[in-house]
Parts: sequence; C-alpha cells; structure tokens
Amino acid sequence: MSTTNKQLSNKMSKMKVVNKSVNKIDALALSQGKHLFTGDLTPANALYIKMLWSPHAHARIKSIDISTAGKMAGVKCILYYGNVPRIAHCTAGQGYPEPSPYDTFMFDKKVRFVGDRVAAVAAETSEQAEDALKSIHVEYEILEPVFAYDEALREGAPVIHDEDDAFVPIPIPYEPKKNIVAKVGMNAGDFEKGMRESDYTFDQVFETSYAQHCSMEGYISWAQLDPYGRIIITTSTQVPFHTRRIVARTLGIPVQKIRVIKPRIGGGFGGKQEMMLEDVVAMAAMKTGRPVLWALTRAEVFRSGRTRHPMRIRIRYGLKKNGDISAVGLDVINNTGAYGGHGLTVMSCAGSKTLPLYHVENIHFDAKSIYTNLPVCGAYRGFGATQAYFAMESMIDIMSEKIGMDPLKFRKRNHISSGESHPAFEALGEGKPGAPMTIGSCELDECIDRGAREIGWDGRTPHTAKTGRYRRGIGMSIHMQGSSIPEIDMGAASIKMNEDGSFNLLMGATDLGTGSDTVLAQIAAEELATTVDKFIVYSSDTDMTPFDTGAYASSTTYLSGEAVRKTASKVKEQIIKVGAAMLNKKVEELDVFDAHVVALDGSCKVSYGDIANYALYENNQFQIAAIDSHITHKSPPPFAAHFVEIEVDMETGKIRVLKYVAAVDCGTAINPQLAEGQTEGAVLNGISYALTEEYRFDRTGKMSNASLASYNIYSMRDKPEIKAIIVPSYEETGPFGAKSVSEISINGAMPAIANALYNATGVRIYKAPFTQERVWQALHL
Amino acid sequence: MIKKKISFTLNGELKEFEINPNERLLTLLRRNGYKGTKYGCLEGTCGTCTVIMDGKAVDSCIVFAFQADERVIETIEGVGAGNEPHEIQKALIDEGAVQCGYCTPGMVLSAKAMFDENPTPSEDYIKVQMDGNFCRCTGYEKIWSAMKKLSVSHKLR
Repeated sequence: MSTTNKQLSNKMSKMKVVNKSVNKIDALALSQGKHLFTGDLTPANALYIKMLWSPHAHARIKSIDISTAGKMAGVKCILYYGNVPRIAHCTAGQGYPEPSPYDTFMFDKKVRFVGDRVAAVAAETSEQAEDALKSIHVEYEILEPVFAYDEALREGAPVIHDEDDAFVPIPIPYEPKKNIVAKVGMNAGDFEKGMRESDYTFDQVFETSYAQHCSMEGYISWAQLDPYGRIIITTSTQVPFHTRRIVARTLGIPVQKIRVIKPRIGGGFGGKQEMMLEDVVAMAAMKTGRPVLWALTRAEVFRSGRTRHPMRIRIRYGLKKNGDISAVGLDVINNTGAYGGHGLTVMSCAGSKTLPLYHVENIHFDAKSIYTNLPVCGAYRGFGATQAYFAMESMIDIMSEKIGMDPLKFRKRNHISSGESHPAFEALGEGKPGAPMTIGSCELDECIDRGAREIGWDGRTPHTAKTGRYRRGIGMSIHMQGSSIPEIDMGAASIKMNEDGSFNLLMGATDLGTGSDTVLAQIAAEELATTVDKFIVYSSDTDMTPFDTGAYASSTTYLSGEAVRKTASKVKEQIIKVGAAMLNKKVEELDVFDAHVVALDGSCKVSYGDIANYALYENNQFQIAAIDSHITHKSPPPFAAHFVEIEVDMETGKIRVLKYVAAVDCGTAINPQLAEGQTEGAVLNGISYALTEEYRFDRTGKMSNASLASYNIYSMRDKPEIKAIIVPSYEETGPFGAKSVSEISINGAMPAIANALYNATGVRIYKAPFTQERVWQALHL
Repeated sequence: MIKKKISFTLNGELKEFEINPNERLLTLLRRNGYKGTKYGCLEGTCGTCTVIMDGKAVDSCIVFAFQADERVIETIEGVGAGNEPHEIQKALIDEGAVQCGYCTPGMVLSAKAMFDENPTPSEDYIKVQMDGNFCRCTGYEKIWSAMKKLSVSHKLR
C-alpha cells in the first residue's frame, strides 16, 4: 500500500457515517407511493392549464382571437401576448446575471419552433381547457425556417430573433442578426506550429443528435395565492431560487412576493434547470385567484421541454511518433435551438471539461452557439462534455493505432495527473474567465487498471483477427468532469438543535432524486458525531431554507456539502461550549463523540439531549443553531475510465452491449451505494444515447417520435451487465474528501462503444447515435 | 356527461365508484386519493402507473375505469403500508434501488405480480417481467439485483 493510500485509509477508518451506504432517508416513503410529488400535492379545486402550441417552426402571429374560447364552459382565463407583461428574460437557471441572452417572453407575437407557446387556457377541467384551445383562432404569417447549422450561419439567413428588445445582461458576444447566440474560445501555445511540427496530423468531424432527459416525472408546476396575496409555487425544479428570481422578473413583481417549494421530484438530469411552467401558473393564479396546475403530456415534454444540444465538432490533432500529442484543435458548432439559455455555457464546457484531460501544449478551441427553429436545448447531465468526449476519445484511439500503441497505454502516458494544471481551467469559465486550478486528487490510473482487469483488456484482439456474422469488440474511454462552478455557485445551510438531541437541517440544495438530502445529512452527522436519523431534513423552499444556486454542475455534494459541514462545525462549537458549562470543563478538554460531549480524559460526558435541554430551558438560554455558506475556488474533476464489450451483427448492423465497466474516482464517496447508483444510471443513459436515442424531425421541424415508445430509452431487458467501481481518493477541498459523481459517467458510452465497434469490425463511426441503420451503412456502404 | 357506478375490490375492500365513461383507471384512482399510482406517459409505455388487476400487472393509464368493474385491484396503498414495508420494498431500499422514486411504486407492483405468480423467477425472467417499468435514474442494476436476491431468498426458504 502506498503512503497516500495508507493516509487515505486512515482518514476513512475514522469516519462513522460518511463513506457508509446508509439507506436513503426518503426511500421508504417513496416506495410506499406517499404523496410527495408536485402532482400529488395539488389542491382539489385547482384550475388546469392547457397550452396552444405553435404548429409552425417560424411564424409571426398576425392575429389571435380568444373571444369564443373565453366564453366556453369552465374557462377562467386565457393568457397570450396581448394580456401579459412583455419582459425579456432567460429561462435557464444559472448564476446571475446569466451568461445567456434574454431572448424569451412569457408569450410573444412570434413563434420560433414547433411547440413554442401561443396561448394558455386555464379551465375547471383539463378537458374544458383542451376544448377551448380548439376555439382560439390564430392567423400566422409563415416565415422561412432554419433547421441546419449551415443554413443558420449563411449570409442572408432568416433571422430567428429579430425582436429589438432581446439582449445579453453581461458582455458576451451576441449577434442575433446572424443567428449567433454566443462565441467562446481559447488558444494556448501555437496550434498551427504544433500541427506543423507533428509527425502525423488528424482532422475529423463528429456529429451528435438532439436527445432528452426523459425523467419519469415530466414538467409539472402549480401555484396558488396565500391569504396575504403572495404566490406560492410548488414545482418540479432543480433550481428553486433561480426560478423565484426569473418568475419575479418575468411577471414584473418583487422576489418577496414569491415562494417556490420543491417537493420530491421525479428526476431532472438537467432538464429542470430552467424556469419552465412556473411563470404561466403564477400569472394564471394571480389573474383568477385560484390554484392553477399545469402538467405537460409526454409528447409536450419532448417537443417543448429542454434537450441536449446537438453539436458538430471538428477535431484536429498533431501527433509525434513517440506518442506525444503536439497540438489539439476543437471547433464546435452548437445548435441551441430557438432560445439561447445555456447556449454559451454548454459549449464552453465542451472545451473546459475535455481539453485538460491530456497533456498538449498547443491548443485551439473555438465554439459558436447558433439559433435554429428547432426545440430548445438546455442543460443535460454531462453538459457539453458528453458530446465533445465522443470526438476526443474516438480520436485518441485513432491516434494510438496510428503509432501502433495500445490505446490504454497511450491514455496512461498522456493524461493529466495530480499536481498539474491546464490553461483551459483559467481561460474557460461560464460567461467570465474560469479559475486557475491545480489538480488535487487523481486516481485515473487506478481507474484504468481496475476497469481493464474487469473487462479483460489483456485478452483483446485486433479487428483483423475477427470473422463471422457476430463479432465482438472491446473499447474504452476516459474522462473528467468538474465539481461545481468556481467563484459562481454558492450553497448555504442552517442547522438548529432540538431538545431531544435531534437537528433540523435546512438547506437550499435541491435533491432531484439523487439522494443529496441523505448525503448532506451524512456529512452533518459525521461532523456532529451523531447519526443520520437524528436529522429532520428539509430542502429547497425559498421561504424556509437558505439560498443555493441549485442542483447542477455536479455541485451538490462538493459545494452544498461543504456548506453543511461548515454549518455543522459551528453548531458543534456551540454544543461543546454548553457542554463545558454543564461539565465544568474547559472547551479544549472536550470533544464530541456518539451524540455526547465527552471529556478527552474520559472522566465525564453529557448527552446531546441534556445539552439541548440545558440550552433551551435551564441557564443562559439560547437556541443552538448556525447558518453558513460556501463558495468554491476550484472545480476539482472526478475522473473515470470506462470499458465496454459489444457484439456486432455484421448483417443487420445491430450492436448488443454485453458488459460495461465504469471505474470512477469521485474522491470520498459519501454514500458508496448512492455513488454507484449515480454511475450505473448515467452509464445506461449514456448507452442508449449512443445507440438509440434521437429526435427525428419531419419536414416542418416537428419532432416525429415524441413518445417514450418511439424515442427508445432502455428498459431492464435492454440493460447489459453494468459494473460500477468506486476508486477512492481524497480531495482536500471537499467535505470529507468528496468530489462529484453525478454527471461524469454519462460521457463514456458513446466513445467507448465507437471504439469497441472499430475493434470488432474495423469500421469507424462519426455520427451518433449508432442506430442499426447507421451502423449497417457504415459497414456496407 | 353520463356517470356510471362501478365497484371493485381495492386493496382487499369492496368499493363503489362513480366514473366518467371515458375515464382512465389511473385518473379514477388518483382523483379518489390513491395518488401512489404515478403517471409518466399516459400511453402505456413507462409503467409508473402500474397496478395489479386480477393478479396481473397492468398500466392503469390504458385501462378504462369501467374495465375495473367487478375486478380485484391492488395499488401501492395496499402494499407494505406504515413502517412495515413489503419485502419487495425492503429489498429495493436496502439495495439502494430507490433514487427519485417516481417509478418505484409501479416497480413494486410489477415485482409483486411476478413474485405472487412465481416466487423464484430466473434472472432472465425477472428482466422480461420488469420490462414494462422504465427507470431513468438507476440503470436498473440495483433494481435487478434486489429482485435476484429476493428470488434466491425464496428458494432458500
């Protein structure tokens, strides 16, 4: 065992609650189907919203007549551009001011994709609302739509955002007249020189497709006025505090008037890092004085919800014969759809989360986000890195083959390690420069070694050795992600103590099904030397809990977790102080252990219950409680190595995934079982993103496979054997050594499977997903 | 709209309901407070609305309410209530198979229908029987392994 590993296991062995797979605190109630979700909590007298969606990809509304619909049975209110405030905003829930254009209005006179909002009806029943939609008469002036990258950028292309009141709140390049949402880039060293001085050069274009999160619970929100006229919004969101701010702006009312409550939510994966329905339910509740519910159907979720950005990535490499990479160039065109939220940040992460993985001195990165008349893109687990890793990790295999080196050895030879830095960390931020960073913990070699053993890498044979109809291949890929957005994200928590020695843990952090309420309670319990069951956890209520930027950017464990640890530490100080008064000891003579304050010499102790009672009832009474916040100065990457074995049917092009291994260094896994669960879930999502998931559009720009049945996400029967290996490391800046785990493992499947396909057949594929048809074409045409 | 009265055995008790003729069983259940039955797609694909009807797991979103007349229906409210979870719920919890939990009630009911019929299903049989319940969080790995462990424990019993 190395010295580092010894130190690590020493640290780990001291932990009593952290690094243990305690059961998720909400698992029992969830498994019993208790009323925990937004739709379960809706008041019985709520009105229902139905939306009239645009049937056109690009059109101007010449006239709209709501008079007939307004008189129909049960209809209480109709919202459209003529009767709501016109305030430019951005729906993306990001740091404020957002690095995204304010190009969205609650309702607009122009529609920009099939599925854009036209008018909303609130009625007593959803059937009545649906009926009324048919009686809203809209006359459209149809405009030429823009669907393809090259069309959007062509001189004289139709301008999607020609309104003059859209703007960017911070100075980032925004050129709506050219359909350009944002640009970002960086250069280090001399890319051209690096290419010239290399022995081999590579130049390849990769393309990925539209995809969606497919949370089992779709978008749903409801709002009602409280007796004092405030608007209470209960909603399935990853960003309650951002949502409160954006709704306030959109409706033109103060933040103070709004309370956003996030109950349990049925999955997010980035799709709910937006204000989606909340402005409309709030507006309708204000207009009618009634509770108002809006839940999207699955087809609406597909067409009008958020999606993963399709990207076209040109990637260039210069390589030396000895295996040194002398230059890398990444040119990204990022289709952000009809509205620009997350347009800059996702493509920025396509560079910032991938380029630092390998040692290369000469770097060129140039990315453009463009508008098209297609569905709106947004955040999605992996956040741009997923798309770019397809290109990068495919190329790593191509390059290693060129010089006859085992792709595993090539990766080990060239990847970043502890103590190293990369210019991209500083150059690429989210709307402003990033933060310089030296890599702390990195057990990527260990991930590679353990993953390779598990898949049987040593027995891998080249494609030339394979024959027959069914051919097997093994592929790998490695990746990094980040943990929170440095200098931008903030998490806060408060803890107060009750007289039985239990604690209220209130935090802004948003559990979207990941188990963060449990993980953060474990952190608090560890710091306070007590157990998870002593915590009454309440999160994500803008009236009750402190602020948190929200559940995104792999930030909750690392960032909000440290906020919780700091808060718990303050509470611990207070507990010890009271204990000192009770035991007649000095603070330095005491510590906490097993829910007691104990004398270090073992002479006496007092329980948390007695301490709380003393503080609340007996002497110098006060509430033992604290609040603290945390920001980060770095975004320590988790690392992962993925391996996959597949079988290809040469006659049909069908790929069957036989086994998938994901070895991940996420620092200390606060809850190893939940960390495995994050990894396995991300892996399977990554596999279906690589093989089947794809938006198909008809000629009008309408998604033609807008159902779970035809969009093709994986079921249990499709699942290969998935082996998650959690490789421990210790990140000094994280709570008890933790980094992030939630996003990274979605990045691996696409390149690993592409590499396995090559290993099986000798054929490379550059466009995802690798559907049967596309693979067959690659094999036979 | 013409209303109709139907009755069926719900979680062991005979109950009478007034229904709308075109109403889904899912809607009927939820508006009567049985909100443990979730909805994910309303097209019979995702399985979050699974209930057990006459011993078979069905998607209640594509069963008309009137089709439940005189049947025997089990919903999640009838399985492992209070602090005494059913062994399937316990297995899922202990295995870490509950993430967002939106699919879990449906999963539990599909699993119950499977185990009621065959207490010792094979690994592949589990995959086929549970194929109608989507989960986007777990990659199914821990759900599958919870089911496998239950099957083994039944064999040993």
